[in-house]
Formats: sequence, C-alpha cells, structure tokens
Amino acid sequence: MVELKANKIGFRYGGTKKWILKNLSISLKDNQVKGLIGESGGGKSTLCKILAGYEGNFEGELKIDKLNTNDSKFNQVQLIFQHPERTMNPKWKMKQSLDESWEVSDDILEKFGIKKSWLNRWPNELSGGELQRFSIIRALNPKTKFLIADEITTMLDAVTQVQIWKLLLSMAKERKIGILVVSHDKELVNEICDEVVYLDDINHDIKYNL
Amino acid sequence: MSKNRNNSDDDIIEVPKTLLNVSNISISFFQYTQGLRKTVLNVVEDLDLDVHEGEIVAILGSSGSGKSLLAHAILGILPGNSLLKGEMIYDGKILDQKLKEELRGDEISLIPQSVDSLDPLMKVGGQVIGDIEDEKEREEKRKEMIKIFKNYDLREDVIDLYPFQLSGGMARRVLFSTSMINDPKLIIADEPTPGLDEKSLEETLNYLKIMANEGKGVILITHDIQAAVKVSDKIAIFYSGYVIEINETKNFSGNGDKLLHPYTRALYKALPQNGFQLFEGTQPMNIDIQDKCIYYDRCSQSVEKCGHSNPDLVEVDDGIKIRCHVVRKI
Amino acid sequence: MSFDKERFKSPYSFLFGSMNLRTKTLLIISLVGLILFAIVVNSLFINVDNITTNFSIKNSQPSLQHPFGTDWMGRDMFIRTMKGLGLSVIIGAMASILSTMIAIFLALSSTLGKYFDHCVSGVTNLFLSIPHILLIILISISLGGGIIGVVVGVSLTHWIPLTRVLRAEIKQINTSTYVKLSKNFGRTKWWIAKNHLLPLLIPQIVLGTILIFPHAIMHEASVTFLGFGLSPHEPAIGIILSESMKYLSNGAWWLAFFPGLSLLIIVLLFDLIGDNLQRLLDPTQANE
Repeated sequence: MVELKANKIGFRYGGTKKWILKNLSISLKDNQVKGLIGESGGGKSTLCKILAGYEGNFEGELKIDKLNTNDSKFNQVQLIFQHPERTMNPKWKMKQSLDESWEVSDDILEKFGIKKSWLNRWPNELSGGELQRFSIIRALNPKTKFLIADEITTMLDAVTQVQIWKLLLSMAKERKIGILVVSHDKELVNEICDEVVYLDDINHDIKYNL
Repeated sequence: MSKNRNNSDDDIIEVPKTLLNVSNISISFFQYTQGLRKTVLNVVEDLDLDVHEGEIVAILGSSGSGKSLLAHAILGILPGNSLLKGEMIYDGKILDQKLKEELRGDEISLIPQSVDSLDPLMKVGGQVIGDIEDEKEREEKRKEMIKIFKNYDLREDVIDLYPFQLSGGMARRVLFSTSMINDPKLIIADEPTPGLDEKSLEETLNYLKIMANEGKGVILITHDIQAAVKVSDKIAIFYSGYVIEINETKNFSGNGDKLLHPYTRALYKALPQNGFQLFEGTQPMNIDIQDKCIYYDRCSQSVEKCGHSNPDLVEVDDGIKIRCHVVRKI
Repeated sequence: MSFDKERFKSPYSFLFGSMNLRTKTLLIISLVGLILFAIVVNSLFINVDNITTNFSIKNSQPSLQHPFGTDWMGRDMFIRTMKGLGLSVIIGAMASILSTMIAIFLALSSTLGKYFDHCVSGVTNLFLSIPHILLIILISISLGGGIIGVVVGVSLTHWIPLTRVLRAEIKQINTSTYVKLSKNFGRTKWWIAKNHLLPLLIPQIVLGTILIFPHAIMHEASVTFLGFGLSPHEPAIGIILSESMKYLSNGAWWLAFFPGLSLLIIVLLFDLIGDNLQRLLDPTQANE
C-alpha cells in the first residue's frame, strides 16, 4: 500500500508573519477517499497546493511511502482545480491539452461522455462541466497515484456534480488512486467519502480572530 | 413567437407591484471561429421573467448557460458583439439603453461575483460613497453609509480601511453595502455564494433577505440550487439558454413531486441530501441545438412531438410556467 | 431566432460592402503592404545619377510633367521624394527589426532570475528617462552618422515599449495555472517555452515590430533634418526637407510640402497596418 504523508506542515506567505498552516499533519492512502472540510479562506487551497507540489516554500515534510519518486518527472500527486478553464492554454484545442498529459484512449473518452467533436474545440467553446471532465482525464495519467480535488464541482450544477463524482470514484477504485476531497459542502463530502476530517481540527495551532 | 401577455393583467391591481417585466428576451453573439468565418451564437432564447417588489427571484443554471448575460442585459453592459432582442419594462417604463444607463448603479444595482471587484488602492469609505463633488451631498451619503454598515454588521472604523485589511466576509459585506448606497429598487446578485462555507453562505443569503424585506426586488443569479432554495421566493431554471421552468421555491421540498420539468426533478434529486442520483447526458451548448425540444436527448418521457418542435414557455398556474410538451399541469 | 444583419453593419460598410470585418482588415493590411512594398522596389530602381539637373526648368511649380515640381537645380522632386521614401522604409525596417531583437533578448533575460529582472527594468527605466531625440543624436554622432549611426541610434531607443509588453506577457503566462500544471505533468522548461510561451508571444512580436516602424521613420527623418543623421548626398527625406528650408522664403512651397506630406502618408500607412493587425490579433476587439 502506498501512502501520501504530510508531517507538521507550516506555511506563511513570503515576508508575512501570519501563519496560515501550522503543525498540520495529514495522510492519504491509495485506496482511500478522504474528505477535508474547512471554512472559506482557511487555508484549504494552500494545503492542496503544498500536497500537489505547487507550493514549495513550506515547513515540514511531504513524502510518499514505498514509492520511488525519482523515476519520472511526472508528479504522482495531481491537483484538480475549481476552475478548469484556467488549467487550459486558451490558444490550444482540447486535443492538444489532453496530449500534454498522456495519450488518452477512446475508451476513456467515451466513459467520460466526451464527444469526438469536442477534441477540436477551443476551451471557451465548452461549458464548465465539460471542461472539468477534460481536466480530470488529464489528471488520471497512468502514473497518478493521488488526486487532490479542490472544490472541483463547486462551480457546477447538481446533475453534473453527481456525474463527475460517480465517474471519478469508479476510476479511482479501478486504478487504486487515493482522493482527497476538499470542499465546503458537508453533504457532498459525507456522501462520497470514507472518512472526513475538518481543517480546524488538524490545523489546531491556528486560531482565527476575524 | 411574440405575445403581448400581461397587458390585460395589469388592470387587476395586485398588491406587490411588478418591478421588472422581461419578455421574449434573446441574446446572441457573433464570433469569428475559423479564419474569416463568422458565426452567430444564440446564448439566451425567449426568456420571460417577472420580478415584484420585495421578492427574490433566483435564476438557476449551470456555468456557461448564459444566465449572467441576463444581468448584463438588464444593466445595459453587454459587449459590442452581442445583439439583444425583446422587451424589458421597468416600473412601467420601457427599459431601453438610455434608461438603463440612467438607472444603472442608482435604481438598479449589481452585486458583483467576486470581492476582487473592490479597488485595492481606495479606502472602503470612498468606494462605497463613490465620487461626489458636492460637500453637503457627500456628508449625507456618509451618514447613509454608516446606517447601512450597521445593517450589515460592519463597524464604523471599516470606512478607513483598505480592502486588503478586510477579511473575506467583511469584503463581501462591503460589496453589499456598496450596492445599497443609492437606495436601489432592483438588485441583481451575480453568483454571490460560490465556495462559501455554511456560515458565510447563511450570512450572505440573510443579507439578501434583508434587502427583500425592505421592499426591494432581488434577482439572484446562481448555479447553487441549495442557495436558491434557502432564500428565494421563485426559481427560474435555465437550461441551454432557455428558461424551462419557473416554480415557487416552496415546491422544492420533500421528494420533489411538485416540480414539473424532468430536468428540474433531476437537479433536485441529484443533491447529496436527496439521493445523489445519477442522470446521464450533458447540457448542449446552443450551437448544437436543432429544431427539437432542448431536453429531448436526455428526456425519459418524451413523445413524438418533442423530436421536431421546441415547446413554448406556458403558464400552468399563477406564476408557475413550464416549457414542455408533456407536462402541462400540476 | 434569425440573425439580424442590419444591426451588425459597421460604419465603414460603404468601403467594402458586405464583407465581414476580418476580411476587410486582411484586405487593408495586404493593400497597404503592397503599396509600401512597391515604394521600396520602385526606389531601388531609381538611380540617383539619373535625376538629371536641368537648369532650364529650375524651381518650376508642380505640373503634369513634374507633379511635385522641381528644385533649384531643375531636378524632379517626385523622383527624389520616391527615392527618399524608399530609403526611409528600408532604414525603418532595419531599425525596427533590430529594436525587436533587443526587446526579445531583454524580455527573455528578465525571466532568468530576480537579478536579471531588476537589471532589465533598471535599463528600461533609464532609457525611458532620457528624451528620445537627444539619445538618437548622441548615438548617431558617436558612431559617425550615416546609415549605421541612424539605424543604431533609432534601434537603441525604440525597444522599450515592446520589451515591457513582452516582459509582462511572459510573466503572466509563466504564473498561469496551465503552465504550473504543465510542470506538474513533468514537462521541461524548454518544452513549456516552446509550446506555451512562444505561440502566445509571436503575435505580440509581429505587432510590436510593425508599431515601431512609423516611429523609426519619423525619428530618422527628424535627426537627418537636424543634420545629425544621414550625410547630405543621401537622397533622404530629411535631407530634402532641410535643403528646402533655404528656398521656402522664395515661395518654393512645393519643395517641402510634397516630400513632407508623402512622409506623413507613409507613417500613417504603417499605423494603419498596425491598427488593423492589432484588431486581428486581439480577439476581444476582433469580435466588435
């Protein structure tokens, strides 16, 4: 079993004194769907960026057990964002954006309900739900072991939300990918996760006084 | 397709006055696609909507379904490559571009989507009051502002702070105050809630309720069905640029039996607390739509007629409307 | 549901009828480009020695034989002006290409690190604070004048706007989510530069080069006019204009008027290309 472990993470923005995360530890197993609930502006997104390697300036330790991370430059921890449109080069057609990550089989495209004609469209010609499907497929590179899903269905309608989560959960199970579901929506997290943690509980060294 | 509804109804005086009456609105864009080819995108089609004083009307649609454009159309800030057709009547007067510009920010005001719309280099007080030359008028506005701040749980010393000194919640309250300073009659809130945790969501929705209680008409544009259900009186469901159903909010309850359109039901039942049920298919962009019901490809109860004509929005009960060939009554 | 064509008509519809804006823009660009090209080619075939001096027709007013009149040596001003314009365009081209290269080099080096970035913005600010014309004169004189002096002088003073645009653009692209994601997919810096950065920068570079053109031509002419640029035996517009000064008081207005007007037209033509190209490349404006 592979495990993503973050130990005693601390973070503050460059030059500022105020800690956003302090002494925070969290772990994720590769067969686990874990929920993380937190208040808006409480550092959820920052934690996601640290876990997925987007933010290097933090204190503490981040490691993946029993897996040699040096064999490829591809990050085994992939982050899926709230706004899929920002993750696509606006001057690239969807096919090119997909290929940037891996060669996706027609099988998977069909499974995700992606029509062949969409591949020839520009990002601004697709809806938020359609774009989010693309960004999830991009993150599901065969090398991916963990997914950090940062409010990935917050901008989508309820019907699309169900479609995307059911797909993602079945794919993750098939491939033994661990998912951290980061959301403000308790109902959603309780519905899809095996285990739920609250950011306030694990980030206990920080007291908010808003 | 043109109907002159409401003209006859106006004789019967209802207690809450109709503030805004939108009928047959369609918005299209033209765009250069490949090389020199120019295409027309119909983004909003045949939209009808009434907003009364003291009422919160939610417009519910997924992102990219064109619902924000309605706000832009009412405010008269659509981009240059768009075309607006149809009729809007505000407070008994035809709302044309000239009137829109007059009323914008005054009688009709917008609560923007993001707190980023605050000017980072200007103190809160200056932003809320706006640019006023006259000394006396400014003093009056200042008093007004302090009164509004009290309503929105902002302390007086917030006036001298810069936006970066505000917490997210405070910034949002400042935005709300800014939209209220000129005592508007109609408020359009464009996605004020995405990504808010429960507490901030309750707070934001509560402020909208306060506005409605003061007799203002509120249009809440959102994709979040839970937010819409919590606060609004009426919900209009947007699908691929068409309003497919307008229903009273109280019908969004129980197991959703009182909802009419199959998509509305699907939306309701897809909520985690209502079963998290899966419904296949995607919402087509308007360019894909041919001459058939927009929901035809996903619908389980379609009849032969649905395959070759798109139904009109029909009133089935007082204020309740549906666009469907099959469902015609409650 | 039909598309209301009437409302979308542009105010210039009388020019090219029902063509859409993009076709029109392309047409304008190619037309103007053709004119400029013709001027350059034409001027290459004019031999300066062939502009014969003929004192019997000296100082004659514009006529059908000599549309721009003749000068105090009886030389045809139309031919002289054409030759001068060709030279102007060539010098403008050299200067703007050189400027663009400087801009690309500086913008790219600003991405190498914080220290480099500070250096670039320092140099940019330094050049911004010195008046253009003064700097061109200084550089031109120190290089001994002539074509090289003018070209180097103009290029060394015209890279600033493009550098700033490119630097800002690169910064924006580099901090975008899609570039960060690309790194997370294991793509190298080189791959990102080639596939993400370059395609987004090329339109800016092309546009920037063309927008430098009119400035370069104007500055070349003014420096030459002041006597710090091209040498007096070059058939440049600046020389023609400064020579004409002596005869203006005698009423030979055509000596300055037509060459000056032609220069202005050339500059406006380049501006026209730049404007239209900008509209073509900037999608938000192109849809208007």
